[in-house]
Amino acid sequence: MSVRRLADDSVQPAKFAFNRENAAWAKKRIALYPKGRQQSAIIPLLMRAQEQTGWVSKAAIEKISDMLKMPYIRALEVATFYTQFQLQPVGTKAHIQVCGTTPCMLRGAEGLRTVCQNKIAKHAHELNDGGTLSWEEVECAGACVNAPMVTIGFDTYEDLTPERLEEIIEAFEADKGETIAPGPQNGRQYSAALSGQTNLLDIQIKTLKRKAPAKKAAPKTAQKAKAKPKTAALFATPKGKNDDLKLISGVGPVLEKKLNKLGITQFDQVAKFKKADVKMVDASLSFKGRIDRENWIKQAKALAKGGEKEYIRVFGKKPV
Amino acid sequence: MLTDENRIFTNLYGQGDWGLQGAKKRGSWSGTKSLVNKGRDWITDEVKASGLRGRGGAGFPTGLKWSFMPKVSDGRPHYLLVNADESEPGTCKDREILRHDPHILIEGCLLAARAMDANLAFIYVRGEFMRERQRLEAAVEQAYEAKLIGKNNIHGWDLDIIVHHGAGAYICGEETAMMESIEGKKGQPRLKPPFPAGIGIYGNPTTVNNVESIASVPQILKRGASWFSGIGRANNTGTKLFCVSGHVNNPSTFEEEMGVPFNEMIEKHCGGIRGGWDNLLAVIPGGSSVPCVPGEKIQDAIMDFDGLQAVGSSLGTAAVIVMDNSTDIIKAIWRLSAFYKHESCGQCTPCREGTGWMMRVMERMVEGRAEKREIDMLFDVTKQIEGHTICALGDAAAWPIQGLIKNFRPVIEQRIDEYTYNSDKDGAVPSKAAE
Amino acid sequence: MAQIKVDGKLVEVPDHFTLMQAAEAAGSEIPRFCYHERLSVAGNCRMCLVEVKGGPPKPQASCAMGVKDLRPAPDGSPPEMFTNTPMVKKAREGVMEFLLINHPLDCPICDQAGECDLQDQAMAFGLDGSRFAENKRSVDEKNLGPLIKTRMSRCIHCTRCVRFTTEIAGVSELGLLGRGEDAQITPYIERALSSELQGNVIDLCPVGALTSKPYSASARPWELVKTESIDVMDALGSAIRLDARGSEIMRIVPLLNEDINEEWISDKTRFIWDGLKSQRLDRPYVKKGKKIVEASWDEALNAVARKVKKAGNKVGAIAGDLAGVEEMYALKNMLNSLGSGNTDCRPAMSAIDPELDRSAYIFNPTIAGIEEADAILIIGANPRLEAAMLNARIRKAWRANDLPIAMVGEKVDLTYDYDYLGDDVDTLKALATGSHKFNKILKKAKKPLVILGEAAISHSSESKKLGRDILGMALMIANNAGAFSEKSAFSEKSALSESWNGFGLLHNAAGRVGGLDIGFVPHDGGVCSADQIKLAAKGELEVLFLLGADEFDMSAMGDAFVVYIGSHGDAGAHRADVILPAAAYTEKSATFVNTEGRVQITNRAIFPPNEAKEDWAIIRALSAKVGATLDFDNLTQLRAALYQEYPHLAEVNEILAGNISAVKKKAKIAAKTKNIQFKSAIKNYYLTNPIARASKVMGQCVQAADEIKQAAE
Repeated sequence: MSVRRLADDSVQPAKFAFNRENAAWAKKRIALYPKGRQQSAIIPLLMRAQEQTGWVSKAAIEKISDMLKMPYIRALEVATFYTQFQLQPVGTKAHIQVCGTTPCMLRGAEGLRTVCQNKIAKHAHELNDGGTLSWEEVECAGACVNAPMVTIGFDTYEDLTPERLEEIIEAFEADKGETIAPGPQNGRQYSAALSGQTNLLDIQIKTLKRKAPAKKAAPKTAQKAKAKPKTAALFATPKGKNDDLKLISGVGPVLEKKLNKLGITQFDQVAKFKKADVKMVDASLSFKGRIDRENWIKQAKALAKGGEKEYIRVFGKKPV
Repeated sequence: MLTDENRIFTNLYGQGDWGLQGAKKRGSWSGTKSLVNKGRDWITDEVKASGLRGRGGAGFPTGLKWSFMPKVSDGRPHYLLVNADESEPGTCKDREILRHDPHILIEGCLLAARAMDANLAFIYVRGEFMRERQRLEAAVEQAYEAKLIGKNNIHGWDLDIIVHHGAGAYICGEETAMMESIEGKKGQPRLKPPFPAGIGIYGNPTTVNNVESIASVPQILKRGASWFSGIGRANNTGTKLFCVSGHVNNPSTFEEEMGVPFNEMIEKHCGGIRGGWDNLLAVIPGGSSVPCVPGEKIQDAIMDFDGLQAVGSSLGTAAVIVMDNSTDIIKAIWRLSAFYKHESCGQCTPCREGTGWMMRVMERMVEGRAEKREIDMLFDVTKQIEGHTICALGDAAAWPIQGLIKNFRPVIEQRIDEYTYNSDKDGAVPSKAAE
Repeated sequence: MAQIKVDGKLVEVPDHFTLMQAAEAAGSEIPRFCYHERLSVAGNCRMCLVEVKGGPPKPQASCAMGVKDLRPAPDGSPPEMFTNTPMVKKAREGVMEFLLINHPLDCPICDQAGECDLQDQAMAFGLDGSRFAENKRSVDEKNLGPLIKTRMSRCIHCTRCVRFTTEIAGVSELGLLGRGEDAQITPYIERALSSELQGNVIDLCPVGALTSKPYSASARPWELVKTESIDVMDALGSAIRLDARGSEIMRIVPLLNEDINEEWISDKTRFIWDGLKSQRLDRPYVKKGKKIVEASWDEALNAVARKVKKAGNKVGAIAGDLAGVEEMYALKNMLNSLGSGNTDCRPAMSAIDPELDRSAYIFNPTIAGIEEADAILIIGANPRLEAAMLNARIRKAWRANDLPIAMVGEKVDLTYDYDYLGDDVDTLKALATGSHKFNKILKKAKKPLVILGEAAISHSSESKKLGRDILGMALMIANNAGAFSEKSAFSEKSALSESWNGFGLLHNAAGRVGGLDIGFVPHDGGVCSADQIKLAAKGELEVLFLLGADEFDMSAMGDAFVVYIGSHGDAGAHRADVILPAAAYTEKSATFVNTEGRVQITNRAIFPPNEAKEDWAIIRALSAKVGATLDFDNLTQLRAALYQEYPHLAEVNEILAGNISAVKKKAKIAAKTKNIQFKSAIKNYYLTNPIARASKVMGQCVQAADEIKQAAE
């Protein structure tokens, strides 16, 4: 950590005020604490100011100190102590926080950092040319099982590869950050093993049998209903001939049928899968991440582009 | 191996509904009133009898801790403070509770608050857990609306819950630093004594517990202390959330019984070590603060407090960081040194000055740009920090390096030898040294 | 009481003692950096680690752990602590090494060298070498204004400065920003602190991070001759040490006096010393025509003598704020011999009168007594500017006891919260008649304290009656509140056994109470200072002696022959017909009586410059020339005579208590009183006397204070 100080006067706004919604929230927040302890609200208020303006300015610190009746220096101590507070402007579209601590480092966080250096700016906290993006390396963000990961705004993007991070950064730069589903990017269910849950497979029945047998029936069906994949069409079936989806390694005749049912009939569709699509398909077919694992998109891209020939060029082998 | 019916955290992977309805289906908020009615002493005794030890790292018996709260209030309010500032590298277990089963924690708060005569509970969530905090806040709101907590709730014990949060400071996981932070100050640990049970938040008696500890309480009380104490070994009872990260085939978080053997656990839940068991280099078994254990020593280790102590480490938060032979172990530990330097609060001398010193020596050792006598010096420096600081961060910064030197000294020496050897050759000087 | 064994020696100490205090009681020395007995305990330097038996197995910070925190041994024998075991030695060496790794090796150019805690303790408890092979940390400087120089790379993060400014000085402007090894002591805004006590952080800083800017690189502590003395910048008489090299005062530092300044001093006290070297009157001057020219002592004294002989008893004398008792006594005796009772040492139209009894003009409860008070009413004073150390004592009491404080006067920031009641005489009257809501609080108090500012009863443009009325009302408020409790009458009020006189007049000139004590006021038909000036304007007063008096309207003295006896070329010297150069307070042994009525004596650190002489000797020489020879030839004889007449002045450091029942009788409410607004006596804290006005550093402080004021607007 380097010395944390306020941003240069030239970028400091003259004034800060909470917007109406935040001001009302702040009032409630301050009232939450016991009487005379309003200073307790300093971190939540500074954080809300940061959410509103992207970073914490001197004006915001002073305004919030006044609201909490505390000396400016005490508020500045807080703002400089807690490293989540950005004391200088960050990218307007995204500020990417790469976790670099050992668990993430072991699984390739350094590659993610290189992506940020190449795609955004050489140094942490530096804005890219358009001022839209910035990045920093942070210490353990608490998603070690899903390493490596980054945080953007409120969300974490986990189980990343450098390629995936590039896509994510590009999406944010193109104002399409919301199309990327947060969480694990390899299709796994939160922190369950990538190969599928190793436990809690049928939990509701068993626990409830022991503790509350009366309620046995209801949750079971609820669980079943939820777990059972629905194979309603999710995509508009494109015009033209169906491709032989079986050429994608991992897709057999059964899966091909299922995919067709969802409305997927051509390589091109798979090649253009967005993260959300992958997730959706994954969820409805309970694939447990095999789309990513088996690299369907890359396969489909090759097949769509140049059929078997291109596939051999890219993968060095014939499609199965 | 733990069976599903003995698991406490049954929505660990978010398969079900996190909200009140889902939680009720999983058994939360049932029979809570009768437990509350059994009163302070019964709850505390039951938790004592269960053998539950704090799940935040130190492993202090939870029931015993509760009994330190003043028996009769001197007029000052009592507070429960739930430590959800989960920041120990490797650890991401509380996250799953916060976002997938928040009600189990809220129910635990009510029961724990009853046991310490507290009517106000703070839950301090680390600042980075933004979605998790929103989820928890929503759950607290649900609980208020359903009159499960709050004033005049259906359980007959008033409890307000304030979900507070940090903003990026590992040190706030230290209980007194957390109190400072809640009071709106820098998170610099307080001197102890006085202990929190005497003087805590706002100077009032406070007990601090980890999320997992509190969240375990409802099931312990509902199923009975003997159920919990029947799992695991004596003095190491119950179930525990493990988070296995690093070089296993399938990193994951799961609940297991205390005392599960390391290799069985890895095989069952993590798909084995990447590249097979022969490829295992070392394991940090309890979060970044504990010493690493060489692969051959950890394989049969028993994963509980005593079992890991036996192999020269500690259970800590049960965050298992696995490193295979591709790992640069010096670098892996250096990165932890960098972490502790970054997170030192700067209050007391040994930690403020020592963490930076250690990190810089480690930085050179990663390259081999050091002298062999500096290995002993570094060890001595860690000893000079350990036990001399206000809080345990100094110790936590010292132990990983001590573990490295104890277990991997030849690796460091070899690195130094290589560097020295290569620096004689023209043009072979590593770039950093040339700068 | 608790028993504890320190290094094997059994001691019994009060329960609240820390291990460090217990060790001190047992005679074992414990090194420390962050610990300071007047500041909150930080426990962050870790230098005071000790080994304990009956507590945790790790070394413990002895500054923070209480003796009661340790448990007795299983066999019931008292707990033990050790300050000399291998564990303690190792811990100290470790901490010392950590403190030094990032500390620059610039002792040869550091002002702190020679009186540096880090240096001393490194010698005593550290190792002889360093194992640190990395680059040292460098920290950029902070601008803390004209008084404090920073070398922040030397900082060891003890936070004494932060704790002092926040706790004692009451200005939250310094903080420890950031965290870890990058934490830095930083002001919120890079400018001077808005405190009159900021200089104390220089003494508090255990290293050379914060040093004195004016003193920077000008002397080494070991070459200074140190003289213990008394400050005269306000009426408190803070204990100071004058550090001189050759004929120059190089710096002024505080000494411990628990009764007055504890161990702090105000910035004016500390940084005034450059004013001692400029604008000095160092030879006699005589006016020839319109021009004042250098003269010999003989010429000057003869010129005065000629005029005095001609004037007969039409002579007068006004003593200034910094006049010592000895010179006033000599001057008064000379004037008496000439048949004149025209002497005065008070501000114009002051209602202060020695006739009223001593307790009507001193700060009866004493400064230390403020800590006993349980309610305070301040009338027409700004203690922060008029008596900074007294204000710090009020703040200390407020922090410790959270007592109610109220104010009638100018609404100013006093560094503590108070009830603002109003600023005029009517408010005072409401309090005096008992109709104000604050009366209830005063009444409830067991030891109420009423502080009356000197300015509240001295209104140069009003009648003397107004001042007397206000004094009467202030005494009435005090009396009604039960502030005058004598031993016998006290039983009904509480179980307290001592008497309590809760009325305090706050003077703002060092010479005032001494002058009042020896009756340097109009007597035997004499007139007050204002009337003397009026007579001079009319030509009815021919010779006027100004004994360091500069705070009067010099243009109003008509054609009177003005003789200025003093040290600095200020207003008085400009008006003078003859200037007789005298000694400043650092250059003479003179008696002062502080606002509490405490007798104090300054000591001579250096000699007066050039031909300047001690004031009493000048008056003695003059008395011979005018044919009214005073009957003492040296200071000892003068003091013998003085003590004969005023025995209490012989009791140095003692206070002659006033008569409670006498002052009680003076409490009264005048039927009709003009309603005016109270104003503080001090317009500019940094420029209250001729020495301060000659000081360049004080000038810089004025500028810095202006900047703070402007920024606030």
